[in-house]
Amino acid sequence: MTSWTIIQFLIYLAVLLLCVKPLGSYMAGVYEGRLSRLGKLFHPLEKLIYRLGGIKADLEMNWKQYATAMLMFHVAGFVVLYLIQRFQGMLPLNPAQLGAVTPDCSFNTAISFITNTNWQGYGGETTMSYFTQMSGLTVQNFVSAASGMAILVALIRGFARKQANSIGNFWVDLTRSTVYILLPLSIVLTLGLVSQGVVQTMKPYVSVALLQPVTMDQPKLDDQGHPVKDTDDQPVMEQVTIKEQTLAVGPAASQIAIKELGTNGGGYFNVNSAHPFENATPLCNFLEMLSILLIPAALCYTFGKMVGDTRQGWALLITMVVVFVAAWVGCQMAEQNTHPQLASLGVDTAVGNMEGKEARFGVANSTIWATATTCASNGSVNSMHDSYTPLGGLIPMLLMQLGEVIFGGVGSGLYGLLVFVLITVFIAGLMVGRTPEYLGKKVEAFEMKMSSLAVLAPALAVLVGTAIAVMTTQINASICNPLPHGFSQALYAFSSASNNNGSAFAGFGANNPTMNLLLGLVMLLGRFWVKIPVIALAGALASKKYVPTTDGTLPTHTPLFIGLLISMVLIVGALIFIPALALGPIAEHMEVFAG
Amino acid sequence: MFRELIISIRALLVLTVLTGILYPLSMTLIAQVIFPHQANGSLVNRAGQNLSSPDGSQAGSALIGQAFDSPQYFWSRPSATAPLAYNAAASTGSNLAIGNPAQLEAVKQRITKLREADPGNNQPVPIDLITASASGLDPHISLAAAEYQVARVARVRGISEEQIRKLVRENTTPRQWGILGEPVVNVLRLNLALDKASSVEHSDGA
Repeated sequence: MTSWTIIQFLIYLAVLLLCVKPLGSYMAGVYEGRLSRLGKLFHPLEKLIYRLGGIKADLEMNWKQYATAMLMFHVAGFVVLYLIQRFQGMLPLNPAQLGAVTPDCSFNTAISFITNTNWQGYGGETTMSYFTQMSGLTVQNFVSAASGMAILVALIRGFARKQANSIGNFWVDLTRSTVYILLPLSIVLTLGLVSQGVVQTMKPYVSVALLQPVTMDQPKLDDQGHPVKDTDDQPVMEQVTIKEQTLAVGPAASQIAIKELGTNGGGYFNVNSAHPFENATPLCNFLEMLSILLIPAALCYTFGKMVGDTRQGWALLITMVVVFVAAWVGCQMAEQNTHPQLASLGVDTAVGNMEGKEARFGVANSTIWATATTCASNGSVNSMHDSYTPLGGLIPMLLMQLGEVIFGGVGSGLYGLLVFVLITVFIAGLMVGRTPEYLGKKVEAFEMKMSSLAVLAPALAVLVGTAIAVMTTQINASICNPLPHGFSQALYAFSSASNNNGSAFAGFGANNPTMNLLLGLVMLLGRFWVKIPVIALAGALASKKYVPTTDGTLPTHTPLFIGLLISMVLIVGALIFIPALALGPIAEHMEVFAG
Repeated sequence: MFRELIISIRALLVLTVLTGILYPLSMTLIAQVIFPHQANGSLVNRAGQNLSSPDGSQAGSALIGQAFDSPQYFWSRPSATAPLAYNAAASTGSNLAIGNPAQLEAVKQRITKLREADPGNNQPVPIDLITASASGLDPHISLAAAEYQVARVARVRGISEEQIRKLVRENTTPRQWGILGEPVVNVLRLNLALDKASSVEHSDGA
């Protein structure tokens, strides 16, 4: 590892951690209704949304009402997004004249964006019009993130309130997350990105004259546009000279800003943040990477502040940072190697594996991104994970399989980790023979049932989904690499979909009816089978009375507890997934490096 | 439940107007006023000057690479876009596993092509020159990849290696703020500068 690599990683981590307290404390103020000066600026907007939306802001909801409101909102979001794609051809702002998106792709994409997954079976610049990107996809980038934050806040209230039967108002939490947090940050980030070269325009795609025209062979077509065949029934090829290059552009920066901040990750272009128009310079890259972990990290502080003990928040943040750093070191070490055969061909391999990586980012900024985007359930990429070394690709896959609780999605990551906290407290309680408690709330049978559901549902969806996929006939057309890497491609897809990450081993051909349907269902399962148990948990916790801390209470902010929590996350993840990983990346590693 | 559905639809509508129309349109407006060159794709003309918007004279984008296989130009990194390299309307990486036989075959062919265009050059080949970029549109090559090609371009163009190296340095982007990213050479800008230098050389000679 060179010193440049280490310095860049440390700067990234330092800037991220410096942002935690100010942003976290600002967000706590937002959710508790205390407005800062900046907040007052956006206050009229909040009021306007309540008036136009018919929202009664002072109405408190119990957990069932909260869950119903959340579900209804996502049903509406799904229907609207599906229809926008299906009627794209008739809608405005479509200079590239892209037609309707296929039904199965629209279904998959609509689920993908309402669940904050942003899995993309399509290529943005060849499928989605400016209108669809803005008014369909960008909107869900905001509200799916805001919905995750809302549910976290409901769970925090569950801990903070005593013998209460309500956990807040979904509409208020949704609106405040959007208006006071996501929107202002996105505006600032958009302008930062454009200054570096990220495009933001409504003009059509641009044609440029190539400096050196290129010739290529293509099938010759007759007058009716059918390929001409020779006597052996082979298509006749003709040489054509290409003199122009078409540059796909569009209103990209505004979508990319929220894509990073809201841990969405859905790219404007096919190759996501590897595209120079989506991620133009190293500084641009730094800002985008920072935005990936910014809100998930800061929410730890928000949590601590709202439950009245910031040490609890820091403990969770340290848990996340420890796993993140370890994962990055592993990924970086792996990517400093490449296929052993390359050196014998006369290639200088000192810098590491550059297949599927951009020169301006190099290996270091690619691995930092890959680790951050899969720790968080962001899923945007600046390098192609499919072309990583076997172990370099194992790390992002494993980070998703841990359930997206190390940073995770905005809101969803922290509520996922809190579920693990309850499990840890419960198991630790069993070991020493005491009633498990967390933050003065007794952890009982109902809480454990809901926590188990939230942990097991996504894991089950990954394994069953992958198993079904590899047994379909479609699988042979979907994988583009030989086994065992081909299996890794399928496993990665289902790990990503079920844990609402959205990144891919992108060679996996997912845009076909079988995979669109399967992955769509898995995304739904992975999002709502966690969200609903967590809301139920919030309701149950809120109704409990407060148990004062005694000498017998297990402290939950100590290094010992952090260690326990990390082991719990790793053990559950490892027990479930090691057999599958052995069939994919581990077998591939043996093949490449031992052979 | 019905009441919540009505609120859902109304709230979604309001939030769509806010985040899906007002937000991107106002951002576009501001971007076009403050950063027109960047917002429109960092276009440059033949003389290498920045354009604020497409005006018909654009020779490319400083951020999007072009394919070069003539020995008189610096070559960009391999690109996996279809149907031809550097298709900026459909970005993609190769997504080949490092152990995929197709990947190893592609690497061998790229090495052969580089060696054929530059017989006698037995330096180790920089890895970025024989691996496809993530976007298929990478505008840059590493400093080592530029140095590898200096002697060939100098010989074919009949310009001294020193002069070529000077042009390489002028079109090098160092680590941003001295720290971030990797130092790289912009291939399109370098080749535009080469053509300019060659035409000056010619008129001097005449």
